[in-house]
Amino acid sequence: MPIGAIVGIVVAVVLAIIFGGGYNRLVGLRNQTKNAWAQIDVQLKRRYDLIPNLVETVKGYTKHERETLEAVTKARNIAQQLSSSGAGERSKAESELSSALARLLVVVERYPDLKANQNYLALQEELTSTENKISFARQYYNDSVLKYNNATQMFPSNVAARMFSFIASEFFEITVAEEKAAPKVSFTQ
Amino acid sequence: MTIGIGAILLLVGFLIGWYFFSNGFAGLVIALIVWGIINLVALFQGDSILLSVSKAKKIKKEDYPRLYNIVEEMQIASGLDKIPDIYIIDDPALNAFATGRDTKRASVAITSGLLERLNRDELQGVIGHEIAHIKNRDVLLMVMCGILLGSIVMLSWFASRALLYGGAPRSRTSSSSRGGGGIILIVAIVLIVIAPIAAQLIYFAISRKREYLADASSALYTRYPEGLASALEKIATSTHEFRSANKATAPMFTVNPFRKEGRAASDLTSTHPPISERIRILRSMAGASFSNYEGAYDKLHSSRRGILPGSALAQTQTVEIRAPRPEPVEPLKASIERRRDTSEALWQMNDYKTLTCDCGTRLRIPPRLWNSAVRCPHCGRINLT
Repeated sequence: MPIGAIVGIVVAVVLAIIFGGGYNRLVGLRNQTKNAWAQIDVQLKRRYDLIPNLVETVKGYTKHERETLEAVTKARNIAQQLSSSGAGERSKAESELSSALARLLVVVERYPDLKANQNYLALQEELTSTENKISFARQYYNDSVLKYNNATQMFPSNVAARMFSFIASEFFEITVAEEKAAPKVSFTQ
Repeated sequence: MTIGIGAILLLVGFLIGWYFFSNGFAGLVIALIVWGIINLVALFQGDSILLSVSKAKKIKKEDYPRLYNIVEEMQIASGLDKIPDIYIIDDPALNAFATGRDTKRASVAITSGLLERLNRDELQGVIGHEIAHIKNRDVLLMVMCGILLGSIVMLSWFASRALLYGGAPRSRTSSSSRGGGGIILIVAIVLIVIAPIAAQLIYFAISRKREYLADASSALYTRYPEGLASALEKIATSTHEFRSANKATAPMFTVNPFRKEGRAASDLTSTHPPISERIRILRSMAGASFSNYEGAYDKLHSSRRGILPGSALAQTQTVEIRAPRPEPVEPLKASIERRRDTSEALWQMNDYKTLTCDCGTRLRIPPRLWNSAVRCPHCGRINLT
């Protein structure tokens, strides 16, 4: 067999390994990020559904917390409207909602009757768990995005990435604003 | 290491075949058939056997929402596609185990003692450890190794009996092999004696290594190694004996169930590394990633060998430890609530109905009670079931 054919075969095999291996891996990682994003979406939606119930339960026990409750409902509606946008815009809306919920939970501390209510306790458990799930799903999504971005940018696979237009994804962060309110002293217990 | 134990099986099979049938490969085939049959039984029935031996009961989400939520959170953090079945074992001992031959058919079982004693972060650390066993397919690995070990032991026993009672076989080969026959006999005897011992040591070493990997994975998923560390501490200081554990099921538990029976917890035949060492590694981690776990292990053992497999370390980056989650109520009240929740779940799991009498007493009705009405022991009112 002429030497040219052998070299050609070797080059073809090498290229196949680089691109075959790289391309499949990129597809796999991109699907993993999509999957992870879908999981975040599920948990965020679960939070939207829990909030009206929570607001109703708290309203029944508290008479002076209208603004806090309204803030929560408003933040939830805004976040829900943005639910079909990308990671960047949703990140801000979801952070707002998390902060509003945190303020509500601080306020609830002052109502021992509410804290002893079975319904409220079950709701609070669900809400805490949903917040945790959002944070774990976010963690998993960000880890997947990091792996995917690495694959699109590091040497062997970035060639295939550029050829088949795999673009880097953006991270998804939620930051809850620190509540530094001074403790309110109330003499009307 | 798994390759090592597999190689021992093949070697024993080959030697038996060579010595007794003048054909090494016949022995090999016999060894593999034995291995294959037991493997199939263990793989397909193993988890249900294990769960029924431990008297575990499956729960639904309504039975114990907090536990279900914690398992679901760990499923999300680890990337499993399906939540494992959750079982509760009615036992005051503190332990948990995971079983299941692939990630889609897995189960996690926890004792009621553990559910009562641990707070949310600690319980999440333990569940994270179990989910890590499922995700890293440790159950499958240990079952295969166990079968390899069992086959080696069985074949060695068989060969040693045959040697003792059968004497040297009549050799049909020519005289050219007569001189080498004696040496082969000695080698075969030595190997048949050593093989089971070596295989056992390898088996336990594999088990210990996977435990370290599960600890590291749990720290990575929860981003909070102190949770698992403090759970292990609580487990270590408890004195309850686990009634339904035996040596075959021991590797799957979070903590060695035999640590109090006089068997040294840290010798070569132990399925788990010593708890104090696991706690120390977790507490001296600087971050939550695998390389942080490696670093902590190396620092404690002043070695540079490391303990985690290379493939785990390849995909790693710096990960920060998060803050502990605050408990909504103070510790004593939380402990009381946990006990109450756990006992409610256990009543429900055992199909007891609960009636509340007008005086406030809760009446527990056993599952197949034929009376249509019961009298409250506190106030005497009749309640209809």
